[in-house]
Amino acid sequence: MNDLFNSFMSGPDEQGRFGIFGGRFVSETLMPLILSLEEEYDRAKDDPSFWAEMEDLWTHYVGRPSPLYYAERLTQHLGGAKVYLKRDELNHTGAHKINNVLGQIILARRMGKTRIIAETGAGQHGVATATVCAKFGLKCVVYMGAHDVERQAPNVFRMRLLGAEVIPVTSGRGTLKDAMNDALRDWVTNVRDTFYCIGTVAGPHPYPAMVRDFQSIIGKEAKEQMMAAEGRLPDTIIAAIGGGSNAMGLFHPFLDDKEVRIIGVEAGGKGVNEKMEHCASLTGGRPGVLHGNRTYLLQDDDGQILEGYSISAGLDYPGIGPEHSWLHEVGRAEYVAITDAEALEAFQLCCATEGIIPALEPCHALAHVMKIVPDLPADHIICMNMCGRGDKDVQTVAKHLGFDMSDTEGRRAG
Amino acid sequence: MTRIDAKFAALKAEGKKAFVAYVMAGDPDFDRSLELVRGLPGAGVDVIELGLPFTDPMADGPTIQLAGQRALETGMTLDRTLELARLFRQGDDETPIVMMGYYNPIYSRGVDRFLEQAKAAGIDGLIIVDLPPEEDDELCLPAQKAGLNFIRLATPTTDDKRLPKVLQNTSGFVYYVSITGITGAAEAEATDVGPEVARIKAATDLPVIVGFGINTPEKSRTIASVADGAVVGSAIVGRIGSGAPVAEVLDFVKSLADAAHSA
Ligand SMILES: Cc1ncc(COP(=O)(O)O)c(C=O)c1O
Repeated sequence: MNDLFNSFMSGPDEQGRFGIFGGRFVSETLMPLILSLEEEYDRAKDDPSFWAEMEDLWTHYVGRPSPLYYAERLTQHLGGAKVYLKRDELNHTGAHKINNVLGQIILARRMGKTRIIAETGAGQHGVATATVCAKFGLKCVVYMGAHDVERQAPNVFRMRLLGAEVIPVTSGRGTLKDAMNDALRDWVTNVRDTFYCIGTVAGPHPYPAMVRDFQSIIGKEAKEQMMAAEGRLPDTIIAAIGGGSNAMGLFHPFLDDKEVRIIGVEAGGKGVNEKMEHCASLTGGRPGVLHGNRTYLLQDDDGQILEGYSISAGLDYPGIGPEHSWLHEVGRAEYVAITDAEALEAFQLCCATEGIIPALEPCHALAHVMKIVPDLPADHIICMNMCGRGDKDVQTVAKHLGFDMSDTEGRRAG
Repeated sequence: MTRIDAKFAALKAEGKKAFVAYVMAGDPDFDRSLELVRGLPGAGVDVIELGLPFTDPMADGPTIQLAGQRALETGMTLDRTLELARLFRQGDDETPIVMMGYYNPIYSRGVDRFLEQAKAAGIDGLIIVDLPPEEDDELCLPAQKAGLNFIRLATPTTDDKRLPKVLQNTSGFVYYVSITGITGAAEAEATDVGPEVARIKAATDLPVIVGFGINTPEKSRTIASVADGAVVGSAIVGRIGSGAPVAEVLDFVKSLADAAHSA
């Protein structure tokens, strides 16, 4: 099945490229570190004791495997294809992010690094990193855009409770991309003792491949669970995309199952138009180089990077992992965009029909599920990655739906 | 032979150290930036590093980040940066200009088109921070073929094993980054820098110029004394940022250049 020449699973190449995407576009100071990280990761990947440690923690600390859940009432409500949710929102810390963090922190420990830095948008990756650092007694510094510090206040407090230092980033426009810039600046300054724990399938090689490998546990489990539940693979798999890690984790084990349709959902914000009030890098961007890799980016005609916009802080990134750019260009996966309004509608439907309060990020995937399911036959099976829970988002949702959370009658604000 | 090669040959013949000044193109605005760049050779600058503004300068500290933002806010673009170089060239055919920046604006333009335009504008060399030797096919090799120097950064983390790779396709000069860190952050120490420069010089015939963390005439002199020259960026750019008139900035540049030349 994994015919090397026809496989979609053999990337990246020696240069860290998926087609023309990926690579190692970093300053010389970081280059030796990235090479040694690659070496260390290659060693760990083939070391059964590394995976034994991961699996032990995945089982006892994270709570894996996450269930594959048949969303019966949602399916009935939509009246078409059968919808399964891969419940990664049930993980410790409430999202898929911890799958990857565990892998990187174990690697950091093997490399003798004592100080961990991370960037975060919604705060989920920051919380996961702070959590695992607390568990292992490592110093943790999280860079977070000043704007996100405001809109994700509960996560900021959680990180601080967990002993992390949260640094609000005001450089540039103070968003996730600026947090990543500042994390890279920290790394260049503290190369000798510091490990940069990147939260998505972006950055210089080997990060996109490494983060994907750690997140692939999602797709591997989903595949087995689907076989157990239905005796066959799903017809469609679908996930939301910020940088693309939960999506890559679900997609990767299915890439060579060519009968499985793969859909990635980007944040369409207020609509994918020339005003760029969205974060749909594939739908509305073009190839460029940022944060160590070549990939689709939101940028102006002069190659200056644009700020994205999305209701969801976790999707608010002007780039996307390079492997997605490649899958897009070779046509193995499709990418669509969902607006804020559509995601909010999905949020409410999920609460009402399934008793699950989802994070705003997977609501984008769910909104697309809502769009396509009614036109699909009842024997069509969809598997969607429910990659995060919505506790962190209730304030944002209340605001957008016009509710005043302090009103005891639950009335909408005047 | 590029203007850069010629300049270093001349300095060597005179037994003089080089002084290199970095300024951001279009900071604080196009006209004052042009006036400043035009004044640099008179203030003793041997090589001009002209910053190409970019929204996400990941190797730069706050001072140069802000300079880039100021420039972008006044409408600076790649074309306007090339225009600035071209206008400077009309009055000075000798002082080398090295464009320093990040890859994306160049990639966005298209490498071949960019190289043609840069050459036509009188740019002599490139320092592109996010293009390590591993990505030489992107721009380094095409640039050399087009007759532009591609100047590489060597850093304290570039060990002996890696150094040959870094030097391999470097031309013009080698830029030794004196600290592990971003521009304008820590201070360079001659006692650390000296042995590192010696290590690099043992592996190449190119001049080795030291930058990052040089912010006073005294530092300019002590660092230049252990290398082939010194680069100052943030300290100059910071003065522009705090609103100093061009003449005052040039006075400061002259004090740095004189100090380097006295080494
Ligand atoms: C719940 C959740 N989903 C998705 C994302 C987006 O990241 P990625 O596309 O890498 O999965 C985030 C990021 O913070 C998140 O918190």
